Amino acid sequence: MLRRTLLLGLGRGPLGRGLGTHRGGSILDRDGKMSEIKKKIRSILPGGDWNPLYDTSYLPPESSDVVIVGGGVLGLSVAYWLKKLEKPRGAIRVLVVERDHTYSRASTVLSVGGIRQQFSVPENVQLSIFSIDFLRNINEYLAVADDPPLDIQFNPSGYLLLASEKGAAIMENNVKVQRQEGAKVCLMSPEQLRNKFPWINTEGVALASYGMEHEGWFDPWCLLQGLRRKVQSMGVLFCRGEVTRFVSSSNLMKTASGEEVNLKRIHEVHVKIDQSLEYQPVECAIVINAAGAWSGQVAELAGIGKGPPGTLQGTKLPVELRKRYVYLWHCPQGPGLETPFVIDPSGTYFRREGLGHNYLGGCSPTEEEEPDPGNLEVDHDFFQDRVWPPLAQRVPAFETLKVRSAWAGYYDYNTFDQNGVVGPHPLVINMYFATGFSGHGLQQAPAVGRAVAEMVLEGHFQTINLSSFLFSRFYSGEKVQEHNII
Amino acid sequence: MQPIRGRDRLSALRVGLASSWEWDLQRKGVREGLEKPGFEGLRTLQAQRLLSHPPQSLHLVAPVWNGGTRGISGLSRVVAPKGNQKKGRSLLQFLADRFYDVEALRDHLLRKRVSKVHQKNRPFNHINQRYGPYVAGAYFILKQGGAVRFQGREWSRPNQRGHFSLDFLKLQAVPVEAVDASGCAINYQGLDSLLALKELQSLWLQRCPHVDDWCLSRLHPLASSLQELSLAGCPRVSERGLACLHHLWNLRRLDISDLPAVSSPGLTRILVEEMLPSCEVLGADWAQDLKLGPEEQPRDTAGPTPA
Repeated sequence: MLRRTLLLGLGRGPLGRGLGTHRGGSILDRDGKMSEIKKKIRSILPGGDWNPLYDTSYLPPESSDVVIVGGGVLGLSVAYWLKKLEKPRGAIRVLVVERDHTYSRASTVLSVGGIRQQFSVPENVQLSIFSIDFLRNINEYLAVADDPPLDIQFNPSGYLLLASEKGAAIMENNVKVQRQEGAKVCLMSPEQLRNKFPWINTEGVALASYGMEHEGWFDPWCLLQGLRRKVQSMGVLFCRGEVTRFVSSSNLMKTASGEEVNLKRIHEVHVKIDQSLEYQPVECAIVINAAGAWSGQVAELAGIGKGPPGTLQGTKLPVELRKRYVYLWHCPQGPGLETPFVIDPSGTYFRREGLGHNYLGGCSPTEEEEPDPGNLEVDHDFFQDRVWPPLAQRVPAFETLKVRSAWAGYYDYNTFDQNGVVGPHPLVINMYFATGFSGHGLQQAPAVGRAVAEMVLEGHFQTINLSSFLFSRFYSGEKVQEHNII
Repeated sequence: MQPIRGRDRLSALRVGLASSWEWDLQRKGVREGLEKPGFEGLRTLQAQRLLSHPPQSLHLVAPVWNGGTRGISGLSRVVAPKGNQKKGRSLLQFLADRFYDVEALRDHLLRKRVSKVHQKNRPFNHINQRYGPYVAGAYFILKQGGAVRFQGREWSRPNQRGHFSLDFLKLQAVPVEAVDASGCAINYQGLDSLLALKELQSLWLQRCPHVDDWCLSRLHPLASSLQELSLAGCPRVSERGLACLHHLWNLRRLDISDLPAVSSPGLTRILVEEMLPSCEVLGADWAQDLKLGPEEQPRDTAGPTPA
């Protein structure tokens, strides 16, 4: 009987507690327990993450090698390529600071989503060609273990650019440049245009260029989510906050020719947490300005443009917010499934959306009628006055249409030459730009991200040479004017 | 580095589940599990290789009176033979402890599959230079397992074992008229060889697993000659790719039936018919997407007056 009670008491019965058991574990797993205890002690000691007083997991880390200001498609693309091209793996800590995790005002998700190679500047064509390759093989680039493959819903319907008499010669030149870089574009006369697309009214059109392959539109939200997911799996840190201050140090140095320049280096980025007065200073080595339409403000925080006008110190980053409207309308007699992305000589554009005879389109306003970018309210009179008449003139079926909805988004408009700014600033030596693409940032984002990552890691562009897109052209006045901007 | 506990238990559980499913399929004699594309196919493939025996099932064993058990409390311990349970449990534990190795193995297997498809779609430049584009295209198709018909001749197919006769090598100037690439692993790169066949009249791409919208946008160089195109059963073709078939103005027969990625097959068929007016489109019945309202129920048309 004594033996039985001993067994009941010391055995593994339902009521007995054996020697050495405590909540959930057993003394037999000594090595595992020891390593857990060591980990806990290490985190409690200074330098670890554990803070017994309150939870600080929403704050960014105290130091980070690269801080990317802006979490849109350009910022995430730079983060992706930095992590992909770094040697050795895991060498760089990247922090992406984005103040709006819902992306409610981001240009990426409000864009119409088109991608084309029909540009006038050869570098733009090369950027687009690489980006479309990236999108075609997106599941090889952005594959994350056990997650479903991405479907960006690409419509390979092509772009149709129409030119009047005045623009026909420029269009021919552009097509020559595009074909040299490898784009598949064909030129069409008004006669051929009428044969192919009978719903077009070719009055006033002298020439048209039609992209046969690798052009179309896709879902930018899917690309953004795919990049975000992949970039998180590669170990990039995210922070929800706003950059309010840069702490930098400057050095007065003499160039070879004897003139004095004030070189600045950013040491800390102050990230203010959303809806709070709290901020965290993040020590950093490199700052990447990918803030899209707000890049100008971020650059001013870094002191770019604070100097006597006409000097390099006084050259601001000429990127501004510009509001653009997009309208969605329904026209049951409208053009069918073969509709490409049509761009009128007047600047009005439209494309098919889905299978239900719905169309998306808009027009860029002239400089005088630029709307106030303070909010994202839509002006429906703009459609009546500026968008509908040229549309109805170009496609007679659009005389009867019904606007279903509309939204507004921002362009990160480069007032200098409407082309992107890529690369480091000559004076603030550790700030790199990836912004100012004025409406074609989404379609060039993968290639631009790679170019900036190469610049950061190697110091020069390796695959696509974007030296003509550096900041210094604003001071030297060399415009890289892009003619085909919508 | 110690693996994270929760995640590897989940992954090991998935491996275990996949293996039992695969065992069921094998027992029923169905091999489709291995042909499933993408991650599921890989998982089942890997599960089949790693767990080549069926998972141990739990048996209720009659209570054995051994010397150690006494009374009622002893009987409650005979749930399963300890040996079997331990083996099954330790195999899962083995896999769970080597989480990153299993992931690396899965990654390696996936890459091998992808590179196999790339290898199948490589261009045969030396054949092209020596014998011309028609012979190179024909060789490419025959190597993939499809069939070719030269102008004025019969269909050439590979036999059961994949071998085919090389007597088409002398037909350097004879254009290829028809290509049957049904079920072949032809993809975007592989279309290079097909697009060189300038007088191709009939192209069958039924059930090709890697033909998608991007491939369809590449077909426009064949516009002047292509009269018949069949895309039936291609899992990756959607209505967005069908929209760029309007370049093929000579097309007379188009088969777009049974495309699982097309969202509304009936409506798509109507729109494609409008897009290609002189082409006969075989596809889903347009009425299948329509839903009849309660007052439109079909009634016999004999009596004009309502019931």
